[in-house]
Amino acid sequence: MHIIDSGNVAAATGVKLSRAQVIAAYPITPQTPLTEKLSEFVESEELDAQYIPVESEHSAMAVCIAASTAGTRAFTATSANGLLYMNEQLHWAVGARLPIVMCVANRGIGAPWTVWNDQQDTIAQRDVGWIQIYANDHQQIIDSVIKAFRLAQTVSIPVMVCYDGYLLSHTYMPFDLPDQEKVDEFLPPFKAANFLDPENPGNFNPVTLPDVRPDQSGTTRPGYIEIRHRLQMDLRASLEVYKEIDADYKKDFGRGGHPFVEEYKCDDADFVAVCIGSLSYHLRDVIDAMREDGIPVGVMGVQLYRPFPDQAIVQALAGKKHVIVFEKALSYGNQGALYADIKSALYNAADRPTIQNFILGLGGREIKTEQLLAVLREACAKPGTAEDTPRWVGLKL
Amino acid sequence: MENKTTIVNLTEEEFVYPGNRACSGCGLSIIYKIGLKALGKNTILVVPPSCLTVLQGVYPVSTTKLPVVNVTFASTGAAATGVRGAMKALRKEDVNVVAWAGDGGTGDIGIQALSGACERDEDIIYICYDNEAYMNTGIQRSGTTPQGVLTTTTPIKGKLQQKKDVPAIIAAHGIGYVATASAAYPLDLYDKVKKATTLPGPKYIHVHSPCPPGWNFESRYTIKIGKLAVQTGLFDLYEIEDGRFRLTGASKKLKGRERKPVTDYFATQGRFKSLDKDLVARVQAQIDAKWANY
Amino acid sequence: MTTENFEEIISRGTPGPGDGGRTGSWRVLRPEIDLKVCIPAKTNKMACFTCWLYCPDCAVSKTIPPVIDYNYCKGCGICAEECPAGAITMVDEATPMKEEK
Ligand SMILES: Cc1ncc(C[n+]2csc(CCOP(=O)(O)OP(=O)(O)O)c2C)c(N)n1
Ligand code: SF4
Ligand code: SF4
Ligand code: SF4
Ligand SMILES: [Mg+2]
Repeated sequence: MHIIDSGNVAAATGVKLSRAQVIAAYPITPQTPLTEKLSEFVESEELDAQYIPVESEHSAMAVCIAASTAGTRAFTATSANGLLYMNEQLHWAVGARLPIVMCVANRGIGAPWTVWNDQQDTIAQRDVGWIQIYANDHQQIIDSVIKAFRLAQTVSIPVMVCYDGYLLSHTYMPFDLPDQEKVDEFLPPFKAANFLDPENPGNFNPVTLPDVRPDQSGTTRPGYIEIRHRLQMDLRASLEVYKEIDADYKKDFGRGGHPFVEEYKCDDADFVAVCIGSLSYHLRDVIDAMREDGIPVGVMGVQLYRPFPDQAIVQALAGKKHVIVFEKALSYGNQGALYADIKSALYNAADRPTIQNFILGLGGREIKTEQLLAVLREACAKPGTAEDTPRWVGLKL
Repeated sequence: MENKTTIVNLTEEEFVYPGNRACSGCGLSIIYKIGLKALGKNTILVVPPSCLTVLQGVYPVSTTKLPVVNVTFASTGAAATGVRGAMKALRKEDVNVVAWAGDGGTGDIGIQALSGACERDEDIIYICYDNEAYMNTGIQRSGTTPQGVLTTTTPIKGKLQQKKDVPAIIAAHGIGYVATASAAYPLDLYDKVKKATTLPGPKYIHVHSPCPPGWNFESRYTIKIGKLAVQTGLFDLYEIEDGRFRLTGASKKLKGRERKPVTDYFATQGRFKSLDKDLVARVQAQIDAKWANY
Repeated sequence: MTTENFEEIISRGTPGPGDGGRTGSWRVLRPEIDLKVCIPAKTNKMACFTCWLYCPDCAVSKTIPPVIDYNYCKGCGICAEECPAGAITMVDEATPMKEEK
């Protein structure tokens, strides 16, 4: 069934179809309508969940952490400062290996205050250990939420589903509504291996020593570093797991097949523009225009940012002439984070392209098609001459 | 409370193993073992960083025979909410969901989450043990450190400000049950925790918890000092049930009787060494005024 | 002790005694109960047990007579201070135990 609605409603509908059991909610623009929609689903009893209107985002994640530790499927959503207010909790959720799913409607971060879109909020959280999936349109939002719940519980790692604030959260678009029965088949109920259980008591996440330590039976138990090493191993392994889940989803629902990167006219391209989020669809118009002028250019959207799909990226970009990375975020004092990650991935590639970085759209600054066209034209005309410092698009200095 | 528990009929079942890392003579240790007896087996504990984290043991050993989830310092009230939410979702509503935190974790950094849980009328028991400073990090002042007390962050003059009245703040939320208790009166504590397990909504119990190293006294005096705080009328044992305040136990018995002078209490602890006469007189006057209203 | 068993992906402690080791070794002074004075020992009745109630470390049993677990008793002295019969004395840890078990 096709419906026309906002990106936030697509996300909320994905959560409903996934049968989240505990939902923590706190408003922040532009995520708020998602939270509102979920309260409607719960109050109307379309969704059998505990809806907990907490008093802060720190508490929202606390509710998810506790509810997940107690063995239920937990969800929350946020944006920008709300996400940052959770920071300590994000680390806690992943260290505790909890399969929480959270939507983030991407927004710039104060100061100064901005409610408009960029991706600084989630990109700044790239090192916490959460899996980060980015959706490029409403269909991808709802599909990603469902896939995220399955991924989270398969690998016991929390997942963020990110989508551009306003550009996707508030715009209305048609999308297909997955069938509940099929979703139930795709996403089995959540069963925790270990949970808070008076019949089987345990102390979750106590002080853990630098070194290993035997338990009562004499078996050596890990120290902090082994537990963290395990997390890293499982995060890397979750690349393959996500690929399988995405393939399954494609089999069941007919959509997907590009879990890591979504390429457009890249096969025969010498030049590839790279970015995260809805901008990659915007760039398709630019690519089409340039193709008409005979410039062999394509665009690639990065859909999974953490764990970083470096092999898929190398595969997509090695042998190209020039790569142009557009970013709505920045590792301040250095370069775009995605740019640095891609450069690092390509370092060992046999045939590596030159690469260039553009920063744009911060705090919701409009990204104009003509600007993108001009910037890309210039980059493709003089590949390899670019400096390593990022250039800013559309600055009015 | 009508059916008073006695030492003889108090259950022998322990939920804490011996050999934990709490200091010798720790008031929290007494509160913990007694509180868990009252809560019983069907209980889930939510605990932020504090001395209790240390008491509960270092991985892979847990000193508690109940399920415990460690949570971040500010989040106790919300995490308890999350456990309760999960229990509702799983239709296991008879479980006691119990948040157990220090005074700093409750009245300072955790007060927002606790306030939220109270306002949402969450069915949780929140036990705050008040050792009147941040002990886990080495005796720094907290909002609940009394005026004049020497801590490692009020090292010379003592704390300049008054103790924050956390149970009164929680009571102002209008929740159904707020009580105070003391490590020195374990049976009174037991009865209050037991009562809390039978009531709906949020229940808050604030427990005075003498701490030998933090208060600077010899470990053998933990009970004596806890009792002196009550006998001088400084720390009162009470219940506020559905808005009705009443003194309980040893505090109730003090009514109409002469109280010991507060100097008897101050003299027992090194942390009061820098109190001057004026402050002592002011505190005594405050106690007298408070009792004149009881 | 096996070393290869790292199957747990999270830190989850399981209940057991002695997390801090044999905390009896912390003692400087050792509580000793004089059974001739101790109320339940003397009367053979379930009575008193103040030491059991207050012991912070669950190191006294609620039995006739009460028995102190010296493996874990930290020697805080609360039991001696609070015993209504004055049956418990704190003796220097260096003095030998009266009845070795
Ligand atoms: C966000 C955060 N800030 C600071 C700390 C450090 N910290 C851990 S325990 C503690 C003091 C706890 O004091 P209280 O709640 O009174 O419990 P107590 O240690 O006295 O038992 C502090 C400051 C922390 N763990 N997390
Ligand atoms: S510092 Fe005080 S509260 Fe903390 S374990 Fe020691 S005695 Fe107990
Ligand atoms: S407190 Fe004293 S009299 Fe009472 S049981 Fe213990 S040793 Fe015996
Ligand atoms: S009260 Fe203190 S001294 Fe007495 S048995 Fe317990 S730990 Fe030992
Ligand atoms: Mg404290």
